[in-house]
Amino acid sequence: MAVLSFLALPLVNIATAPSPGIIWESLHDGEIVSAVLLSLYTSGMAAVICLILGTPFAYLLARKEFPGKNLIESIVDIPIVIPHPVVGIAILAVSGRNHWFGRILADLGIRIMGSPAGIITVLVFVSIPFFINAAKEGFASVPERLENVSMTLGASKLSTFRRITFPLAGRSMLTGTIMSAARALSEFGAVVVIAYHPMIAPVLMFERYQAYGLEYSQPVAFILIALSLMIFIVLRILTSRKRRNA
Amino acid sequence: MIKIRNLEVSFRDFQLGPLDIYIQEGAFFMLMGPTGSGKTLLLETIAGLVKPDTGTLEVAGTDVTGNPPGKRKVGIVYQDTALFPHLTVRQNIMYGVRYTTNRSEYDFDKLVEILNLERLLERLPGKLSGGEKQRTALARALITGPEVLLLDEPLSSLDQMFKGEIRSELKRLHRETATTFLMTTHDFTDSLSLGTHGAVIRNGNIEQEGTIDDIFHNPETPFMASFIGMKNVLPVEFTGDTALAEGLSIRHTSPRTGHGFIAVSPESIVISRECAVTSERNRFAGIIDAIERTGTVLSVSIDCGGTVLVSQVTRNALAELELTSGTDVFVSFKASSVHVF
Repeated sequence: MAVLSFLALPLVNIATAPSPGIIWESLHDGEIVSAVLLSLYTSGMAAVICLILGTPFAYLLARKEFPGKNLIESIVDIPIVIPHPVVGIAILAVSGRNHWFGRILADLGIRIMGSPAGIITVLVFVSIPFFINAAKEGFASVPERLENVSMTLGASKLSTFRRITFPLAGRSMLTGTIMSAARALSEFGAVVVIAYHPMIAPVLMFERYQAYGLEYSQPVAFILIALSLMIFIVLRILTSRKRRNA
Repeated sequence: MIKIRNLEVSFRDFQLGPLDIYIQEGAFFMLMGPTGSGKTLLLETIAGLVKPDTGTLEVAGTDVTGNPPGKRKVGIVYQDTALFPHLTVRQNIMYGVRYTTNRSEYDFDKLVEILNLERLLERLPGKLSGGEKQRTALARALITGPEVLLLDEPLSSLDQMFKGEIRSELKRLHRETATTFLMTTHDFTDSLSLGTHGAVIRNGNIEQEGTIDDIFHNPETPFMASFIGMKNVLPVEFTGDTALAEGLSIRHTSPRTGHGFIAVSPESIVISRECAVTSERNRFAGIIDAIERTGTVLSVSIDCGGTVLVSQVTRNALAELELTSGTDVFVSFKASSVHVF
């Protein structure tokens, strides 16, 4: 009960502190709206990139045994454990003009510092472990024999993935995508190093808190909590269906 | 027809082969062997799911060594059926049809009728019994018209009732098609009732290959003798038609000299309380060492001057002869019952 209160009290307080009038006003505040939309856009894009880049990688980790696999799995989990401002600084370091990688990006016209591309980059970095781990678990739960039989019946590897693996592991992939989107939506530490502007919602909330105090940051916090809760509810529905179907 | 030449496969710490196997077209070939001997690995190599290190593999006269699984004209049915759980029975059976240009002897309707699947077509695999799952898996493999059907212990997870049913289905399907069946099994009843030819594999190598009759009546090694359930396998020294075991001089009908082995099936050994005059050429005095219940009969171990022979008796015979541990008895068996190798 104490733990539950500890978890619920600050959240309930933040959800109930702003009056409906202030929340309504916030929803018409252009700065808040664009910050929330940018948050949704960047976290959504990050989740899609995690899905595209993470799927083959997660499949490889679930299906194949190779030397150094444990090391690679540990590297995948690193973004979960290192302080997120460090992530921002590390990405900043390699994307600047003093680094060969940064010069390549510059030549390609890609700007990391202070841009949505930069925000998406750090969001992918911090959220991809969540996708890879969920998708890997999903792929591992599909018996390899099903894929084998599919291939002896004439299906290619791609057809087998599309007709067998994906329908059976799809819910885990979706769960992973939503988890990575939720993780990206709540990121602050890494983003603030890379892009204070354009402002995503957590950065705006931080700025309002610093400039005007707690009361002005609470409406943004309320909107962020509402969005996170929505994602959380969708995730719970999906995972409970998965348990029922299992 | 399958022709395997000098096939070697490494899988983790296991080494399969080198193997040379020839399976005639239309045969029902039984691959037997203990758990972990490489049976499934060989099947998956033939199916193209595991790459061999060396060797070649021909199916129906075509070298398929480098072909992907779908281009080998080989179907596989696993013990656990590996039905696609999200697809109905109908969708499972039809799964491979779009990929194949082979002409199957069976169309969908005929297969469904033969395997009695009409009323199950819209069900998901989770709602099927073990036998129904196996019939669906068979239909799914056969509809693509494979030259060779690989069956990985398809009966071992079924209870007795379904086992008999699927065994009959397999027999019928094999009789009615030109497909070569290659089946792995632990169960000798499967081998004896279904197989025409077979091989026993041990630690990745073929121990014996031949007709099913040969394998079960003429084991070539002590391992084979004990694998097929022969008791009384004894190392002996041969001189003509006599085999000298420890304390016993045993007559047989295959004269030879040198070292070797003999085996005598327990059913061939008769126990009596008196030294009766019989036509049996082997008769020895002994003492009952132990009596064990083995299913419906009893297994009696008799110490004959240092060599222990095992005989089988019924419960009635045991009571009639008043046999207990320590009883003095005589054992006798024909020279023709002695298998020499």
